[in-house]
Amino acid sequence: MKKLIVFLGMIFIGVNVYAQQQSGAEVLRQIDRNMVIDQAISTSRMIIHGRTGDRTIKSKAWAKGRDKSFVEYLSPARERGKKMLKLGDKIWNYSPEPNDRIIAISGHLLRQSVMGSDLSYEDMTENNRLVDTYDAIIEGLETFEGRQTIRLKLTAKKPNVAYHSRKIWVDSKRWLALKEERYAKSGRLLKTIRITEVFKVDNRWYPKKIIFKDMLSRGKGTEYIIESIDFKAKIPDYKLTKAALRK
Amino acid sequence: MIRFLFKGLLRDRQRSLFPVLIVAGGVFITVLMYCYIGGYMGDMLSTTAKLETGHVKIMTRAYKEISSQIPNDLALSGVNQLLEEVRTNYPDMEWTARTKFGGLLDFPNEQGETKVQGTVFGLGIDLLSANSREKSRLQLEKLLVRGRLPVRQNEIVISEDFSKGLGVEVGETATLISATSKGSMAVHNFKLVGTVQFGIAMMDRKAMIADISDIQYALDMENGAGEILGFFPKDIFQPILADQIRDTFNQKYQNSHDEFTPLMLNLREQMGLGEMLDFIGAYISILLFVFIFIMSIILWNTGLMSGLRRYGEVGVRLAMGENKGHVYRTMIIESILIGIVGSAFGTLLGLGAALYLQEVGLDISEMLKGSKMLIANVIRARITTEAFFIGYIPGVLATVIGTMISGIGIFKRQTSQLFKELEI
Repeated sequence: MKKLIVFLGMIFIGVNVYAQQQSGAEVLRQIDRNMVIDQAISTSRMIIHGRTGDRTIKSKAWAKGRDKSFVEYLSPARERGKKMLKLGDKIWNYSPEPNDRIIAISGHLLRQSVMGSDLSYEDMTENNRLVDTYDAIIEGLETFEGRQTIRLKLTAKKPNVAYHSRKIWVDSKRWLALKEERYAKSGRLLKTIRITEVFKVDNRWYPKKIIFKDMLSRGKGTEYIIESIDFKAKIPDYKLTKAALRK
Repeated sequence: MIRFLFKGLLRDRQRSLFPVLIVAGGVFITVLMYCYIGGYMGDMLSTTAKLETGHVKIMTRAYKEISSQIPNDLALSGVNQLLEEVRTNYPDMEWTARTKFGGLLDFPNEQGETKVQGTVFGLGIDLLSANSREKSRLQLEKLLVRGRLPVRQNEIVISEDFSKGLGVEVGETATLISATSKGSMAVHNFKLVGTVQFGIAMMDRKAMIADISDIQYALDMENGAGEILGFFPKDIFQPILADQIRDTFNQKYQNSHDEFTPLMLNLREQMGLGEMLDFIGAYISILLFVFIFIMSIILWNTGLMSGLRRYGEVGVRLAMGENKGHVYRTMIIESILIGIVGSAFGTLLGLGAALYLQEVGLDISEMLKGSKMLIANVIRARITTEAFFIGYIPGVLATVIGTMISGIGIFKRQTSQLFKELEI
């Protein structure tokens, strides 16, 4: 009798975990529906709160699928004309005249900061589906800044992922991760992300203002503000090639 | 009497030669080690001061905490004003701003893409100002192997070994890829105009030198610099004055809690040099003491042996009415003469060997492969005024101490026994 109870208990727990994982996966799919884009053109502003003061960097981005994106920096004057192209897991940085150089970035350099901000190149160009990259378990429900959220724990499925695990608080109506904590394999907290403003574009909710904080740096965080985004714009193929860097 | 004793030593070589040889040997080693250590330390201090620490250095408090990481985001700002201030307040010193940086040096092909690339350690120094002494301080003209030194903006020199490793030639374009002081990626083109051989393993592996104004632009450090270095006249470190200058400078900012407040350090407070200097000073003292001690024991033994041999002579002298104290004193004077002669020979030999090491040096480049220390590849001894007489301290002291101990037996001789001993 005892053995039967234990056996049934184990089955119950297993089913529960499986069900949670399935639910967790479903939540991730909902997030991916909002966040993963087929193609889009956006303009954004990044306000970097550093130790020596604040800087604002404006940029325009073209993104297509998971692997291709192109960013051109519009201001300040020192950064104007610099461009970044991502194809697959490689990034090329272009620095205009008088330098006129294209520099390839790959490997560990992808985890370096963009423009001294709290975002890495990987953070900035990430367009992978969470459901493909992470296993998710629902830990509970919470209210976060007035919104009902589902708290999930994500663990990477593959070893070569930037963040081994994440905790996310997902708005249960809008399916956006309003708060996120990103961890290394050691369990060390690497980054925190908060979405403080959202907007609706073409029937999907999208973050308008995101605050990134690199927990390993002593700066005061970076605000990433999407001023406009167009999911229906047509992006010509040539735009996402190395040739476009020098145009 | 001294002449008499000296003649006695010359005529009776058996009682003088061995002690002279012992003393000469010990003094030779003492003088050689003194010159060698002095040369090594002097070189290391001088090189370190010129390349890294200055005689005093100003940086921000935040920079100082992690200075080994070259945190240019925590660098000094308002450097022009700060230089003006220190030049006014401390006019006898030479002040210069420098910025260290790391990154990649990338050489493009005709398409502007990477042909070859290597990690680089860079130094932005004042190369182009008319009244700057940085070129002569670092002896760049002397170290030049190919090409020339920068004479205009956006020109650099790199180490000869680095250029050979990359297979690049003078005249090529080099792109520095680094991080600006704001954390952005820095990409800046330079023209490679020359190569230098520093003679310091760490620098020769991967160093580049550019004018500080170019680095300020490339790293977005307008009116900024990592450090301001101060040098005493003739590049001679003056520790007491350095301490005074440091104290008066830091006093002005002691009430500030801003992490970007300038802070001055003297040479001894950087890179553990103070401890190293103290250690070397103690080491030399211990060396001298050890030599005195060892030679004293040997010469004590020699004195005892000599005492045995001169037993009869001393007996006759005492029997003839010579005072025991007088006999003792003459033996000490003899030992002083032996010490002086032995020290003279030893000093001569030691200086000869030191001169060889000074001119030719000892090449330790093989041992320094992979080293990050700022030590010259060739260690040279240095002959100083002190080297001419430092050997006399152990040389004379050792013989005197040895004789003093071994000569005590004279006072135990019984006059009443003398006739029996002499079989008179």
